[in-house]
Amino acid sequence: MSVNVTMKVNGQSVSATIEASMTLVEFIREHLRLTGTHVGCNTSQCGACTVHINGRAVKSCSLLVAQAQGAEVLTIEGLAAANGDMHPMQAAFKEHHGLQCGFCTPGMVMSACELKGKLVDPTDEQIRASIDGNICRCTGYQNIVTSVKAGLAAMA
Amino acid sequence: MNSFQLHQPKDLGSAASFANSGGDTRFLAGGQSILASMKLGLASPDAMIDLSLVPDLKSISVSNGVVKIGAMVKHADVAANAEVQKAIPALAELAGGIGDRQVRNMGTLGGSLANSDPAACYPAAALGLGATIHTDKRSISADSFFLGLYETALEAGEIITAVSFPVPEKAAYVKFKNSASRFALVGVFVSKGSQGVRVAVTGAGSCAFRATDIETALAGSWTAAACNAVKMTSDNLNGDLHASAEYRAHLIPVIAGRAVAAAK
Repeated sequence: MSVNVTMKVNGQSVSATIEASMTLVEFIREHLRLTGTHVGCNTSQCGACTVHINGRAVKSCSLLVAQAQGAEVLTIEGLAAANGDMHPMQAAFKEHHGLQCGFCTPGMVMSACELKGKLVDPTDEQIRASIDGNICRCTGYQNIVTSVKAGLAAMA
Repeated sequence: MNSFQLHQPKDLGSAASFANSGGDTRFLAGGQSILASMKLGLASPDAMIDLSLVPDLKSISVSNGVVKIGAMVKHADVAANAEVQKAIPALAELAGGIGDRQVRNMGTLGGSLANSDPAACYPAAALGLGATIHTDKRSISADSFFLGLYETALEAGEIITAVSFPVPEKAAYVKFKNSASRFALVGVFVSKGSQGVRVAVTGAGSCAFRATDIETALAGSWTAAACNAVKMTSDNLNGDLHASAEYRAHLIPVIAGRAVAAAK
C-alpha cells in the first residue's frame, strides 16, 4: 500500500508517495539520498540512525515514515551552518577526537545535541547514562564523553 | 518488513471500526516493539492502525489522589512531568528508565501495557500501584489485565485509552538490568497506601505478577529484612542464558528489599 507523506527535513519541505512499510531511515537515505544517517543494527540497539523529530532524538530505523507525517526532521546534514561552519557539537567531536572509525558518530552527535538544556554541567556518569541508546563498537567512549561535555558547554 | 495496509484514523470510533475489518490487524502506538517484531518476521500484520492522530489519548492529569495518563503519552513525557514527579515519583522514575532515551521519545504507556512483554517495566507499575486500565469499551483492573506471555485481557479491536494510577503513600521501582538489552532481568515495584501493600514483579515470569508472600511479609513489617526473609519458589519462573530460574527467584526478594529501602 502506498501512502503520501509530507514533512520538513532540515528545513526543506518534502513530499513523497512511499510504501507504508518504509522506515524513516530508508526514506532519508534512499529516497532523499541523505546518507549521513547510518544504519548499524537496524534493530533499535545501536543508535547510529538517530535523528530529531520535532526536536526529539529518535531511532529512525524504528519509525515508519508515516509516523513522521507533518514533522520537522533534523538529520546530521542539517546541523552545520549554511556557510559550512560546524555545529558546536560537531566541532567538539573533531576537537576532542570523539570518534575512531566514525560509523556511530552521526548518531552520537544527534543524540548529544538533544541533551542541550537537559544536562547542566553534567558529570561523566550522567553523560554516559544519557547516551546509553548509542553504541560505539570501537569502544571509544572516553573521548565521546569528553566531546559531549565540551559540545554541551559550547551550546549553553 | 512485509507490506501492509496503513490506516491513520483521526478519532477513536474510526480506529475501532478499522480493527474490525478482518485479517491480522494491529494497532501502532509508538512502534518500539512491534516494528522490531515485524522486521524479524515475528509479526506480519495485514493492516496497521496508527493511533497517533487520535486526540484525547495524550493528556496527563492529577486529581483526587489519582494520576491519569493517556495511552499515547510517551515515556519521556511521563518522566519529565512535574505533576507525576510530585504525586508518584516512582512512576516518573520508572518511565525515565525504560529502554533508552530515543526509545522513551517514541514508546507509549498504552503500547507497553498492551504488549505485555515479560520484561517490560510499565506492567510492574500498573500491578504494583493497583492501576485501572481504561479502554474504549470498559475499565479493567491491573490485577486481571496481564494474562501471560504477550497476552492481556484486551479483546480483539479493544483500544486502551488511559490508565489511572492511585497515588500511594510510598512506592519505588528497582530494576536489575540485563546489561545488554536493558530490559529487567528482575524488576520489582513496591507500594503501600490505599491499595494496601503491593509488590509486583517483572522480568521473572511469563508476564508481570504480584509476589503475595512478600506483600504479606511487608504488611507485617515494611523493611528490607522482611523481604529478604521470604524464599521464592523458582517454579514457573523464566530461566535463560542470562539467569537461571533459581537466580531470578533469589533476586526477587533482594530487589524488593532494595525497593522498600528506596521507597518515598
